[in-house]
Amino acid sequence: MNPPDETAPRKPAEVEKQRDAAPAAAPAVAGSTVTVERERGADDRRAGGHTITVDDLNAYYGDNHAIKGVSIDYAANDVTAMIGPSGCGKSTVLRCLNRMHEEITGAYATGTVKLDDTDIYDDSIDVVAVRRSIGMVFQKPNPFPTMSVADNVAAGLKLAGVKGKRKDEVVERSLRNAGLWDEVKDRLSEPGVGLSGGQQQRLCIARTIAIEPDIILMDEPCSALDPIATLKIEELIHELKQEYTIIIVTHNMQQAARVADRTAFFWLGELVEIGPTEKMFTTPDNQRTEDYVSGKFG
Amino acid sequence: MTAVPLRPVSARRRRTDKVMRGLMWVAAFIALIPLGLVIYYILKEGLSQISGDLFTTDPTGNFIGDIGGIKSAILGTLEMIALASLISIPIGIAIAVWLVEYGRASWPAGVIRYLIDVMTGVPSVVFGLFIYVTLVETHFAGSGFAAWKGSVAIALLMLPIVARSAEVVLLLVPNGLREAALALGSPRWRVVFRVVLPTAAPGLLTGSLLAVARGAGETAPLLFTVQATLGTSFALGDRVNSLPIEIFNDIQSPNPAVVDRAWGAALTLVALVLIITLIARFIASRSRLQT
Repeated sequence: MNPPDETAPRKPAEVEKQRDAAPAAAPAVAGSTVTVERERGADDRRAGGHTITVDDLNAYYGDNHAIKGVSIDYAANDVTAMIGPSGCGKSTVLRCLNRMHEEITGAYATGTVKLDDTDIYDDSIDVVAVRRSIGMVFQKPNPFPTMSVADNVAAGLKLAGVKGKRKDEVVERSLRNAGLWDEVKDRLSEPGVGLSGGQQQRLCIARTIAIEPDIILMDEPCSALDPIATLKIEELIHELKQEYTIIIVTHNMQQAARVADRTAFFWLGELVEIGPTEKMFTTPDNQRTEDYVSGKFG
Repeated sequence: MTAVPLRPVSARRRRTDKVMRGLMWVAAFIALIPLGLVIYYILKEGLSQISGDLFTTDPTGNFIGDIGGIKSAILGTLEMIALASLISIPIGIAIAVWLVEYGRASWPAGVIRYLIDVMTGVPSVVFGLFIYVTLVETHFAGSGFAAWKGSVAIALLMLPIVARSAEVVLLLVPNGLREAALALGSPRWRVVFRVVLPTAAPGLLTGSLLAVARGAGETAPLLFTVQATLGTSFALGDRVNSLPIEIFNDIQSPNPAVVDRAWGAALTLVALVLIITLIARFIASRSRLQT
């Protein structure tokens, strides 16, 4: 909402303080252990990134058959973008990947969605565990209005019932990884909803990575943001890709071209085509894909 | 290029607008007349009764001489309303939570909503009679008339008000917050306690206080369940005095001084309810959900 907040020049004293306290710029003093820990975590993840394999997914809203037999593989540590005209089912597919689809009254899905080798739709699987492993960032920034910035980040841990974690450490690390630490480190106890729209969305991303999921789903994360805030989120996606497998739904084809390794095109509830982003935007196999990415319809 | 002709508002539309506005003001004024008269008479008759003695002494029961104040009635009302709130507010909010978070559009939820609506329409005297038949006449728990039985009757009256208002407030909590919490891997009950209820808290408080205000003024349920006594008593198993009953009894007295005391008690009761309502409005104005 308030882009000037993010870019406003800081007072010299503040800048000085910031330089001292920001190990990102000068790795030293207090934050060094956190940085080391983050890098180790990143190595672990890079060694064995996580995949999602969707096979013959059908999703329904009551009688409405919204997703028709979609099969798709999401590769580890890739950013996969899902594009398509409004109502094509890309968001529905995304919501099926962490079983949020079924939260809508009357909605259900059939088929298999495998996180690595485990079918998340198996009867023996706890849906709560699925959502802990597959985090989600929503279209509209939705920090919890009753909680401070720090509590919003820690909310995931509290809500998931995790105990014995060092809260402050997790909050700082998550905010750093979400690229928000320097902007909010003096406002940790202020309400999360007091931040600008772009900051709120990065706060939501920090909240998601605080619970250390395996996969991050993003449902049009920039559609409510201005171009500067959008750019920051896109840079963040590039960073997060080192540690996470990311699946992003977007209306904005330029955005897909900028952030995604692979792009999937959906139309009328079906997957038309998926391929390397560059190929999808230059020489797609399917005529409908070409018409869509060249702006002939949609 | 010719200027686009933007027609002015026609004289007829202006006239209609004026007439309708006038009618609205008249209607609003007529609706306020009874309220104004009630407040006028209570202030006119009651203000002269307000004194330190009124609030600090119990009614003596004497027909002549010192008739005493209404201390026991004020404290009794507060006590019984507190107990009634303790019963009805948690249950009412629990019902609303179930309806909004779990029952939603299912048929049991529909049945419960319907029953709550029916319960809202039940006259208070019927709740009084119900408790009279089931708890008072049977000398349940050892005594006939008892303060806690009055609280139960008032709680029954408050329950649908609390449940209905809480349901509306819970529906106002943005669904995005629930989804955000669920997507973080939170069990639904934790979403309710950590996100939904804290977000809705100011609204829930407002609805509950309005139910409290409504319950505080009820006479009929207490008439059949608690009756009255003179002295200050906090014994929930005994008769306890209350403002509505004090007014009800005093106003029938042939002694003008006692009738006057009824007006003092009425003013006290109105002030009490007004204070509760004002608190509710104040909290509502600070509610995050309205922004």
